Amino acid sequence: MPDLGSRHVSVVSVTNLVEITELNFGYGSRLVLKGINLTVRKGSLVAIMGLSGCGKTTLLRLIGGQLQAHEGSVMVAGQHLNNMSQSDLYALRRRLGMMFQFGALFTDLSVYDNVAFQMHEHTSLSESVIRDLTLMKLNAVGLRGVQSLMPSELSGGMARRVALARATALDPELILYDEPFAGLDPISLGVIGQLIRRLNDALGATSILVTHDVQESLKIVDYVYFVSEGVIVAQGTPEQIRASTLPFVHQFIWGEADGPMPFHYPAKTMANDLGLREV
Amino acid sequence: MERSTLNLLVGIFVLLGFFAFLVLAFKVGNLSAGGSGQTYTLVANFDNIGQLKERAPVRSAGVLVGRVKSVRFDPVHYTAEVRMAIDTQFKFPKDTSASVLTSGILGEQYIGLEAGGDDQMLKDGDQIKLVQGAVVLERLIGQFLFNKAQDSSAAKGAQK
Amino acid sequence: MVLESTLRNIRLVGDGTLKIVERIGATVVFLGLTLTQSATSFRRFDLVIREIFYAGVQSLIIIMVSGLFVGMVLGLQGRETLQNYGSEQSVGVLVALSLVRELGPVVAALLFASRAGSAITAEIGLMKATEQLSAMEMMAINPMARVVAPRFWGGVISMPLLAMLFSAMGIIGGFLVAVVLIGVDDGAFWSQMQAAVDFRHDIANGIIKSLVFGIAVSAIATFEGYEASPTAEGVYGATTRTVVS
Repeated sequence: MPDLGSRHVSVVSVTNLVEITELNFGYGSRLVLKGINLTVRKGSLVAIMGLSGCGKTTLLRLIGGQLQAHEGSVMVAGQHLNNMSQSDLYALRRRLGMMFQFGALFTDLSVYDNVAFQMHEHTSLSESVIRDLTLMKLNAVGLRGVQSLMPSELSGGMARRVALARATALDPELILYDEPFAGLDPISLGVIGQLIRRLNDALGATSILVTHDVQESLKIVDYVYFVSEGVIVAQGTPEQIRASTLPFVHQFIWGEADGPMPFHYPAKTMANDLGLREV
Repeated sequence: MERSTLNLLVGIFVLLGFFAFLVLAFKVGNLSAGGSGQTYTLVANFDNIGQLKERAPVRSAGVLVGRVKSVRFDPVHYTAEVRMAIDTQFKFPKDTSASVLTSGILGEQYIGLEAGGDDQMLKDGDQIKLVQGAVVLERLIGQFLFNKAQDSSAAKGAQK
Repeated sequence: MVLESTLRNIRLVGDGTLKIVERIGATVVFLGLTLTQSATSFRRFDLVIREIFYAGVQSLIIIMVSGLFVGMVLGLQGRETLQNYGSEQSVGVLVALSLVRELGPVVAALLFASRAGSAITAEIGLMKATEQLSAMEMMAINPMARVVAPRFWGGVISMPLLAMLFSAMGIIGGFLVAVVLIGVDDGAFWSQMQAAVDFRHDIANGIIKSLVFGIAVSAIATFEGYEASPTAEGVYGATTRTVVS
């Protein structure tokens, strides 16, 4: 058999769309991520969960190539992201869609122009084709009726749905979601959750979801990684996670105030701070 | 905003700016008086130029015909070498004379050209031979006093 | 120790100087980067036209009104002073030269920086704070080419037009006060002005000056916005820095 070489793996043969091995990353001297190993199978919907500030958004940025790994490797669609040239990175990103925490819609463009943005920038499709595609994308999130509004006129939930339509505008292979549920009312939350699942399956895409909303994401995802203080502490399918007896996971899922994550920030004893002397 | 409205407003803005440019160039500046803007150079050496500066006007019969291009001290003849840029539409005879004059008593100084009667015309880079430097006020007053003193002593001598 | 505190103060001066030089250097590098990413702006000029609208057309009123009043003041004060020397007809020269050479480019640039420059900084800063720039980068679109360069060129194109409008309005203002209100001779006003103002030396130089100011203001405004720390305070600070520097 001819040696294909490890550098040029064809996309079709890759079953793991994202592969992270022994990743270390830090801002300055402070390590944020330590020895991360993570794989995302093609076609699956994976959640990365953890407390605020545990490094999960950083992990997402590493997958999107906005940050560079210090040690270890990040592979997306069979390509190493380390030391990738700007043009290669941009070529790869065209196959990626990303939805940001609060949507990050372009405030100076209408809803329609936001969704059509990448088609205008990256394709030479005729205006009528772009119009049809854009309306289809907006229809998929149920917001064809707001196409002429500006982002500032939308509610938080609608803005998030428009952002979803924009992230999927070019039918990406991999969709990244940064806190898609943050700050949403229960109904919008359910709607976004369903849409994420539906779009992932309809487009045959792969999705990575960074969130701390346990109940909603456990309903829709295939696999979960738990990150705490820069380390993956648990992983498994939603059923395994729900049944997990790990104290941290248990505390996280059931939202208990005290547990392995202590309620009290480390401090001297109360008596000491109040200046009481032991009798 | 509608794209066409936007284009219209920007168009109006650019046209306004262009109009302002035209006003500045023709109403405020001297682009209209400059004619073609083509000039040729004449040179004149004065023993004294007074306060004459670069870009001072060059007039003939009171009409602006050019400007002083440069003023330089000539270390060989110990004179001031003045180069003038004259509009090409004005030609002057070879025996034209140049003098440093003052507009009003305290006004700016300029060069006056007085045409002669020669058939030959001055060409680019030619030297004007007939020159009259600036009148220095101190010297004028000194001369006046000197003459007065001479007159009075002569009168005294005549009385004797 | 006296020596020690003196040394510390000198060190502070050195530190401050280095920071300023660093900032200027960074702005120049950023300007270079903007220029290399400018191809998109000219291939799709509608992007720039949009920015000319926001930078230029929306500054039009303030520039024209300020110009008019500055010219009026110059006309009034200039005539009062010149009258003492019996040469009040030269008021046109005074108004025109001070506007075309200095006031036009400088004051128009100041107004432009506080009106349009701060708006550009705030807009880019907010786009950064709300992750719009990151979103663009994730869509494989360089924000330098799509966001920064059109705003830069919009400013650079608007600035000379605004400066010329400022000067023209100022001269009209001076004319209104000196000729229409006070009664300086109309013909002398214009003819002395025309004799004194040279197209190449005064007007063209003024335009070049305003172009340079336009480049500086636009580069600083876009740089401060792009480098602003992505918070409300960061954007506020950057906006202030644009106007100040």
